[in-house]
Amino acid sequence: MDGSLPKREEAASTAAPVLDVEDLRTVFLTDAGAVRAVDGVSFSVGPGETLGIVGESGSGKSVTALSLMRLLEEPARIIGGAVRFQGRDVLAMSGAELRAWRGDRAAMVFQDPMTGLNPVIRILRQVTEHMISHGRQTPAKARVRAVELLRRMGVAAPERAAASFPHQFSGGMRQRVMLAIGVANDPVLLIADEPTTALDVTVQAQILDLLRNLNAEFGTAMILISHDLGVIGTVCRRVAVMYAGEVVEEAETEAVLTDPRHPYSWALVNAVPRLDSPAGTRLTSIEGAPPDALHPPPACRFVARCPFRISRCGQEHPPLMEVAPGRRARCWVTADGRSLPPPPVAAEAAAREQEADAPLLLEANGLVKHFPGARSSFFGPRAVVHAVNGVDLRLVRGESLGIVGESGCGKSTLARLVTRLHEPTSGTVRFEGQDITHASPAEMRPLRPRLQMVFQDPYASLNPRMRVRDILAEPLMAHGRAGNRAEADRRVLDLMGTVGLKPEWAARFPHEFSGGQRQRISIARALALDPALVVADEPVSALDVNVQAQVLNLMLDLRQRLGLSYLFIAHDLAVVRAFCDRVAVMYLGRIMEEGPAVALFARPLHPYTVALTSAVPEPGRERVILGGEPPSTLKLPTGCVFRGRCPIAQPVCEEAPPLAEVEAGRRVACHFPGAFAPPRGMPQ
Amino acid sequence: MPRYIATRLLAAAVMALLASLVVFLISALVPGDPVLAQLGDILASNPVTVAEWRARWGLDLPLWERYGIFLNGLAHGDLGISIATRRPVLEDIAQYAPATLELATVSFLLTLAVGVPLGIAAAVWRDSWVDSLARAISLLGVSAPTFWLAFIMLAIFYGGLEWAPGPGRMDPIAFPPEGPTGLFLVDTALQQDWEGFRDCAAHLVLPSIVLAAATIGLITRTTRAAMLDSLGQDYVRVSRAKGLKERAIVMRHALPNALVPVVTLGGLAFANLLAGAVMTETVFAWPGLGRYTFRSAAALDFPAIMGITLVVSATYLLVNLLVDLSYAALDPRVRR
Repeated sequence: MDGSLPKREEAASTAAPVLDVEDLRTVFLTDAGAVRAVDGVSFSVGPGETLGIVGESGSGKSVTALSLMRLLEEPARIIGGAVRFQGRDVLAMSGAELRAWRGDRAAMVFQDPMTGLNPVIRILRQVTEHMISHGRQTPAKARVRAVELLRRMGVAAPERAAASFPHQFSGGMRQRVMLAIGVANDPVLLIADEPTTALDVTVQAQILDLLRNLNAEFGTAMILISHDLGVIGTVCRRVAVMYAGEVVEEAETEAVLTDPRHPYSWALVNAVPRLDSPAGTRLTSIEGAPPDALHPPPACRFVARCPFRISRCGQEHPPLMEVAPGRRARCWVTADGRSLPPPPVAAEAAAREQEADAPLLLEANGLVKHFPGARSSFFGPRAVVHAVNGVDLRLVRGESLGIVGESGCGKSTLARLVTRLHEPTSGTVRFEGQDITHASPAEMRPLRPRLQMVFQDPYASLNPRMRVRDILAEPLMAHGRAGNRAEADRRVLDLMGTVGLKPEWAARFPHEFSGGQRQRISIARALALDPALVVADEPVSALDVNVQAQVLNLMLDLRQRLGLSYLFIAHDLAVVRAFCDRVAVMYLGRIMEEGPAVALFARPLHPYTVALTSAVPEPGRERVILGGEPPSTLKLPTGCVFRGRCPIAQPVCEEAPPLAEVEAGRRVACHFPGAFAPPRGMPQ
Repeated sequence: MPRYIATRLLAAAVMALLASLVVFLISALVPGDPVLAQLGDILASNPVTVAEWRARWGLDLPLWERYGIFLNGLAHGDLGISIATRRPVLEDIAQYAPATLELATVSFLLTLAVGVPLGIAAAVWRDSWVDSLARAISLLGVSAPTFWLAFIMLAIFYGGLEWAPGPGRMDPIAFPPEGPTGLFLVDTALQQDWEGFRDCAAHLVLPSIVLAAATIGLITRTTRAAMLDSLGQDYVRVSRAKGLKERAIVMRHALPNALVPVVTLGGLAFANLLAGAVMTETVFAWPGLGRYTFRSAAALDFPAIMGITLVVSATYLLVNLLVDLSYAALDPRVRR
């Protein structure tokens, strides 16, 4: 029934579409049968148009992109549909025709810039080779154009960069090179698959800005694939939301963000905390998992997880229907043009009151951690990596303190210092009043139950050869909390219930669980010994937004029920704001600003915090795009570590500003706190 | 880059010194008395004769002094006098080494010429008949015992079909070339003795195939695995998205990245070909180091064994040095 969709009328452009996809079907041929990764996807992209494709991992968005470019590898196979590029049938192209078309008229940029460039070939040749092979440029002209393109993409010193090898560049610089490669032959269509997912937020803002400019200046049509609606909202006018291999909603991005018409889009929009959402809002999450892609049910594929389902949803598979002018959704509930209600606001918003005189749990003073780097020569001195450079922290019982910053700012090292997985180079750490700065492993052992960690990667932090039961019983037995195995097993079942895992799963191995369930196991393991403080290092950054919402809600519940304190480390500002009472912003191993979460993000006082918050990809936000990237931790700048990128740096900044209290409860390390005004459009 | 080379050279020098010490200690400390082995039962029953022999070969001196003498000799190119042949060990080795070097080099070139393209083809056309063929060849090459393969080859191609000449480096009635290198192919070519060149080349065919069989298998498998790895990398997908020709993707993008493990194994394989030709040389009556080693070991000829061991370890060190240096040429991330 999907194949007979009425053609959408393009009001804005009467020109023939650049790309027209109709009922595209791609399967993975497995031993168990054909897994339907892309199942009847249709859309079209006009000249100069920008289309976003959003969905969780496994929704089929990347496979769609690879199918469009015919870049699929075994065992994936396109089994039906049509892809027309400027009227030409892409699926019928021969190998030679495809090669002449790819990289010339249609280009693709991939997610991971660290592996997308060939490590043994100089940048120049990687940018020029397809200009020459497609006959667009002579070698001499291609070289000139490559340098020009690199300059256009914001690569510093492009001549020198062209002569270098990829390993000499940061991820952001490599993604610029990848973009230069993508647009080298002035393609009509550029497909970008999660181009900023591996990058820090300020670098992401730079790359998104570049994509917008490419579209505006050269009229390149774009398909941007992302799991993040915010990212798509900053670049794309229209968006297609994918779920279980199907497009479930297609509309203007702005409309989806404010008024989603498919329950899955609704869940996507509301699962993500925003920097301007009301404080204390519980995140909206939907339970369950996508349907089996081997045998999708003959009903709405979202029905099992849908909070709005009606009886028809379980009986009939909805087609993509026009629900409003220019909007299509695959949903029986909104088929008559109605909107979905906003999520319920949680009643527990007030529960974040802090006891004024709660006892001090964790205190760090002047923490410094230096790691030995490579030697400059055979007998030369070792370089020093300045990971953490003088950090003071205080965390009282029952409090959640968030540490935010970009990669390399020292936040993970800080977590490892306060849990004493690393020994500080200098400074002191006190936990529950006891000095643990140089405590030996034996001295730490009785404290370990009180001080637990949850790590980022739920795949790597669980032993794949141990059953969940054994993973959770191990700390109980090791610390003598359970006298015998039967007692331990009883506690394990309790714990699994606490974190929302079914007791019958106790005998399973970690690989039998999804990412979110694995992170629940990690949390259960941390809780096994009744800790006072849980240090969580990016606990949700590897998870899809909906699962992220589930895990964050779980951690919030546990905090209230068990009186836990958290040291929560993350790069996602909105997540930290939603989860923490207080936030410290780190840059190059120092705290730039610290204060109550809501107040800090509403009115940042340090120029770095201003730039960081403005870089968050939420539509309608004016951006301060910082130039450059954080300097090397091998050689710290003198004075204020931020002054090299600071928009308001003055001569006085050569002297390092102390982290001083400038208002009640707010400490800022800046000579001019509050002087750099947040741009318009920021929440006030 | 210069620092990398200097570091590698320094490391190689230290390794060479350590190797000399190990060689010396092993030969000095192993049970088995070379004097008894040389004199035979009757002469060895006379303690005076034994003592004279010991003094004559310096076996009565303390260990460290003997090492000093040994090192000093090494520095002057003196590897001692062979107990069995009564000639300087260096001269013996110089006489036998070219035959082995020639055989090993030809085998090595054969290994590369067959193994690398076969490995690439097996990776590019994975699970096709080429891949199956490559798998069969490598399995046979690695698992067939050398002596068995050697006899089978001789029986079929010399005895049966008479396509190949018999054992030896040349026809028995021909005169070996009087040449500067001792490598018959080079010497005959220098003297423009093309008939002799053809004769030597024909005699090399069977032994080099037999010797190369195992290394071809190893190189094929390694090349295939490394190519599969690099063909699965993101930059290969990026190259496809650029619309490059498959040939350019394989040869220009995937192959250079796959070469590092191949070069590593290739270096080891060459050193093995040089040092491990005993069986092949014996079957094919090849007057090379392998046979010299075998004879010296049987006679407990310690100076000769030490000399051979040193030459072999020096070869390994040299090959490893070349391998390390080629890493720097292949992979810019190694240069600093």
